[in-house]
Amino acid sequence: MAATTSTVLDRAPEPRARGFWRRLRAGEEIAYLIALSAATLVLLIVGLLVYQLWISSTLSIHAFGFSFLTGSTWDPNAGQFGALPFIYGTCVTSALALLIAVPLGVGASIFLAELAPPNASNVMTFLIELLAAVPSVIYGLLGIFVLVPLIHTYLAPFLTATFGFLPLFQGTFYGVSFLSAGIILSIMVAPFIISVSREVLYAVPTDQREAALALGATKWEATWDIVIPNARTGIMGSIFLALARALGETMAVTMVIGNTPAISASLYSPGYSIAAVIANEFTEATGNLYLSSLIFLGLVLFGLTIVINAVARILILVTQQKGAA
Amino acid sequence: MKASISLRGAVCHVAVLAALAGLASVQLSAQMLINGAGATFPAPIYQKWFSDFNSVDSNVQINYQAIGSGGGIRQVTEGTVDFGASDGPMTDQQLAEYQQKHGFPVLHFPTVLGAAVPTYNIPGVTASLDFTPEALAGIFLGKIKRWSDPAIQKTNPNVTLPPREIVVIHRSDGSGTTYCWTDYLSKISSEWKSKVGRNTSVNWPAGLGGKGNDGVAGLVKQTSGAIGYVELIYAVRNHMAYGLVRNSAGEFIKANLSSVSSAAADAAEKMPADYRVSITNAPGKESYPISTFTWLLVPSKINDAGKRDAIKKFLKWALTDGQKSASSLQYAPLPKALQSRELGDISKIH
Repeated sequence: MAATTSTVLDRAPEPRARGFWRRLRAGEEIAYLIALSAATLVLLIVGLLVYQLWISSTLSIHAFGFSFLTGSTWDPNAGQFGALPFIYGTCVTSALALLIAVPLGVGASIFLAELAPPNASNVMTFLIELLAAVPSVIYGLLGIFVLVPLIHTYLAPFLTATFGFLPLFQGTFYGVSFLSAGIILSIMVAPFIISVSREVLYAVPTDQREAALALGATKWEATWDIVIPNARTGIMGSIFLALARALGETMAVTMVIGNTPAISASLYSPGYSIAAVIANEFTEATGNLYLSSLIFLGLVLFGLTIVINAVARILILVTQQKGAA
Repeated sequence: MKASISLRGAVCHVAVLAALAGLASVQLSAQMLINGAGATFPAPIYQKWFSDFNSVDSNVQINYQAIGSGGGIRQVTEGTVDFGASDGPMTDQQLAEYQQKHGFPVLHFPTVLGAAVPTYNIPGVTASLDFTPEALAGIFLGKIKRWSDPAIQKTNPNVTLPPREIVVIHRSDGSGTTYCWTDYLSKISSEWKSKVGRNTSVNWPAGLGGKGNDGVAGLVKQTSGAIGYVELIYAVRNHMAYGLVRNSAGEFIKANLSSVSSAAADAAEKMPADYRVSITNAPGKESYPISTFTWLLVPSKINDAGKRDAIKKFLKWALTDGQKSASSLQYAPLPKALQSRELGDISKIH
């Protein structure tokens, strides 16, 4: 009995194997294998990254543990390392960047996809995509030599005069600040939102628009009530992409944020971000604990990105369910 | 027909391979490749030295990566480079770590000198200011808050200083310049020493950070009432105005090649055997007080005889002929006494 089953099983793979070779010749299996290994490789790289960050930061993890996240002193001489001001700076600048870039980016993409004549839209999109290809150090230089003086002479006095009663706009403005970093970041991430959102809006079937128009909706009503909800997931995706770029941006931020590890409610005050401190101090860091703490910061940034993305995704899920109900 | 083609092809291949192999072996025998890494501050003079030395001895090719002093110390300790370079001497702990790892010590060789200078932007003030050590410490501790403070005004009787707020600008990236600056402040102010200390990056009690010399210079230029510090070389090359600092002999000294070399000459007499010495706040009437050596870190035992001879030959050249090209790039050359002492110590490499 056992012998017969085994012979049946032995014989069974034969046609399958032949099928494999046939499909291999047709390219199916090769394509599958290539796609699979590409996907696995990405996962592997992420895994290795986390593993390496963890291993290299063990010294600091053991020394500070959870208090690394809540400590606000960064003193290489005393061997005292706390990440809170950097986490705060990263969050504040990214939030500010999105606050400016999301309305700007989504608005621009709606115009380009729905309202602008196709030729003009293509030219403008090309120019916007060029913006995304500019190296970040150029944005940093532009920030420090053009944008910061402009903010200093025009925007900051206006904000102080109009919203000066808010703690957000109090204190001395030196130019380099959370505000400047947030604004330069918003300029850097807006092209991502615009070009991805435009493609997503284009992908909404024309039938949907025509149906809405046939039911008597105006052009704007069709766009706002039919096209945008359809493209919502894609637009959210573009915002995530922008957020990821804002959280990890280094050169441009370090040039305009002031590089001072301080927590302040005012957007006028100088701050520091995680990516900026790593870039600034890594090359000259001596001492194992110092180095390990800088790598720990990298791990924290990684974790922060995951947490923020997860929270945003949950938020979307919740609001979608509410909308469906 | 087919066979003859493939045969010809094979002959071709063999010929090409043989030629390549020949080339490779010629390359190997002709070029001794030496790798170094470390400090960014002396990188321009080192690059010049290495390319000049290649014309002295064309068999030796030295490759230098300016990755920062911390990186230089780390890489030489790991043994991934043949020599390191640093703007600050290695600490006792780092030396012990090296000794434990390799079983022999690493040697310090001072090569050239640099300095850090105070630069500022006060609207309406064009004259160069005189700073006392107390004034600099007070400003960088955040205690002296206005330019009109008597601590600054007292030594600048010919200048009317405005009651404008002082904005301190420091380097945000770790750097040898910051090490030199904070080392000086630690020597002249006990409060600085206990509160902040000396390092390539410190926990600054006041001010804003700019990335690199250009970042500090840019912020100082844009912020009225700002004071920062930059490398002397950077200030000279960019024609920046900078202040004078009172040295330990009580003289206000402008930083330049001779006043920096003079600080080293004073230190040379009391130089410890391993050359790990800070020359900030050096004695001597003509010494600029915020000066520093920069060091090459060379293992005392190099197993590869060819490499060992090449490195020794290079050191000898850098300490004699190389010194002549230092001042053209605004680096202060080593004082004569120190040169001859270091030349004697090259024999410690074996």
